[in-house]
Amino acid sequence: MRVLTVDNLAKRYGDRRVVDGISFTIEKGQCFGLLGPNGAGKTTTLRLLLGLIRPDGGQIDLLGHAIPQAAREARMRVGVVPQMDNLDPDFTVRENLLVYGRYFGLAHAEIEARIPRLLELAGLQARADSLINSLSGGMKRRLTLARALVNDPDLIFLDEPTTGLDPQARHLLWHSLRQLMNEGKTILLTTHYMDEAERLCNVLGIMDAGKLIAFGPPGEMIARHIEPSVVEVYGDVLHDAQVIMQPHCERLERVGETLFGYCAKAEPVLQALKPLAALRITHRPANLEDVFLKLTGRDLRD
Amino acid sequence: MMSCLPTFSWRFLAVWQRNFKVWKKLALPSVLGNLADPMMYMLGLGYGLGRLLPDVNGVPYLSFLAAGTVCYSTMNSATFEVLYSAFSRMHVQKSWEAILNAPMTLDDVVLGELSWAASKSLLSGLAILTVIWLLGLQSSWLLSLWVIPVVVLIGICFAGMGLVMNSISPNYDFFMYYFTLVITPMVLLCGVFYPVTELPHWLQTVSSWLPLTHAIDLARPLLLGSMPQDILLHAFALLAYGLVGFVVALHLTRKRLLT
Repeated sequence: MRVLTVDNLAKRYGDRRVVDGISFTIEKGQCFGLLGPNGAGKTTTLRLLLGLIRPDGGQIDLLGHAIPQAAREARMRVGVVPQMDNLDPDFTVRENLLVYGRYFGLAHAEIEARIPRLLELAGLQARADSLINSLSGGMKRRLTLARALVNDPDLIFLDEPTTGLDPQARHLLWHSLRQLMNEGKTILLTTHYMDEAERLCNVLGIMDAGKLIAFGPPGEMIARHIEPSVVEVYGDVLHDAQVIMQPHCERLERVGETLFGYCAKAEPVLQALKPLAALRITHRPANLEDVFLKLTGRDLRD
Repeated sequence: MMSCLPTFSWRFLAVWQRNFKVWKKLALPSVLGNLADPMMYMLGLGYGLGRLLPDVNGVPYLSFLAAGTVCYSTMNSATFEVLYSAFSRMHVQKSWEAILNAPMTLDDVVLGELSWAASKSLLSGLAILTVIWLLGLQSSWLLSLWVIPVVVLIGICFAGMGLVMNSISPNYDFFMYYFTLVITPMVLLCGVFYPVTELPHWLQTVSSWLPLTHAIDLARPLLLGSMPQDILLHAFALLAYGLVGFVVALHLTRKRLLT
């Protein structure tokens, strides 16, 4: 079953095409990851999908509703975890869930009945009556996720859900998201953490300058866009290394004091580099980050 | 372009409920705080200055001041709520953004804020009225009850106007302009402390266009025991200021948050 269909979606601000004709679909139960450097148009895309801003072109069908015309109906079945926590600081953990549920028109008793389960999912049973400002960053994120589930949504949008969290908090959040996927929820998340995308998502889209420049499962994307092995070389005789590696590698990239060799087989490269003992050499399989950097370049985006 | 017609749902009440739930936590200090300032003005000036004045328009100064105090404290309460409090929720706490991710429109949120500010200012007005009743400053019980709907109109009027400032303000400091250029002149020109007829003619003309004048033209006769004149005109003026403000605020807030 198709949960989301996006067709040729476009949004301009002045002359800038922030979203420039993107199309993709998400099936029920999928976890779709939208990757892209800062300013690629990810958050604008999310806002368009939720019907918060009007597109300049294209069609969106969200859970059978045309967006933005029927955004209100669609949002009844959607949960949103925004990039910045916007929990209500005037309320406790429990009150936050209660008050948010009312925005969906849910009855008081109905929300009350859901709260224990939501607190459990967020691991906040012991903090139900704490004020928001006394929670750690990780707790706030988990509560934001729990709040997004108050209407038992079919589809959950998460905008950079783990930005700023420590590793423990990230793993806990990933665990919760996997649990939701097991329950058959569909997830759309934006991130610029490649490990997060690789771990959680079964479909990825890479966005840059408003365009969707790659789309597919992570494994397939790596296989399609990049050589399987990467040899990284650090040191100060990089020029010599470059000459030696050239014939064995499909692509070489130099970034500061590091040389990246992308190749079909690593063995010949490693053999050839043996004489240069002063270099530090690591060899690893290609990953999503390599794909991302190949497709979006290494320039800083601010 | 967003469609220009507002789209409301009954869930705007959830925004009202949210604010009410926060208010309940601090209800008593909030009411006392709202009451203290206007009470001091009314009693301090009423007794202090009242001694020096034989009477104003044929009534004791304190009785004259009562209606003005109800009106301007209702105005202040509604204004503070949509300026500082609503701005905190919109701009600082980002509560409005959270609400907009639920099946709510910005129109619902702004309507919720307007109705809340009007409710809260109604409470302020009622608090002053209660003091007036306790001191027996009203001439007729029955007529003085009609001040209550006037207070509701004042709340709607100034909540709507204030929401415009909320929609364009970059920070809290900006609100000083509104107080200095709009609220304070009204307190001084609209007949709170002295009859408008004491002003030079050109200032009377200015005053006749200001909403607080219309509010006082309704409330003062009601407290002094006579039917106000031009009731429909004054009520319409208050509603018009409020509704025009509300519609402009909706438009500007959409531009601010939804583009």
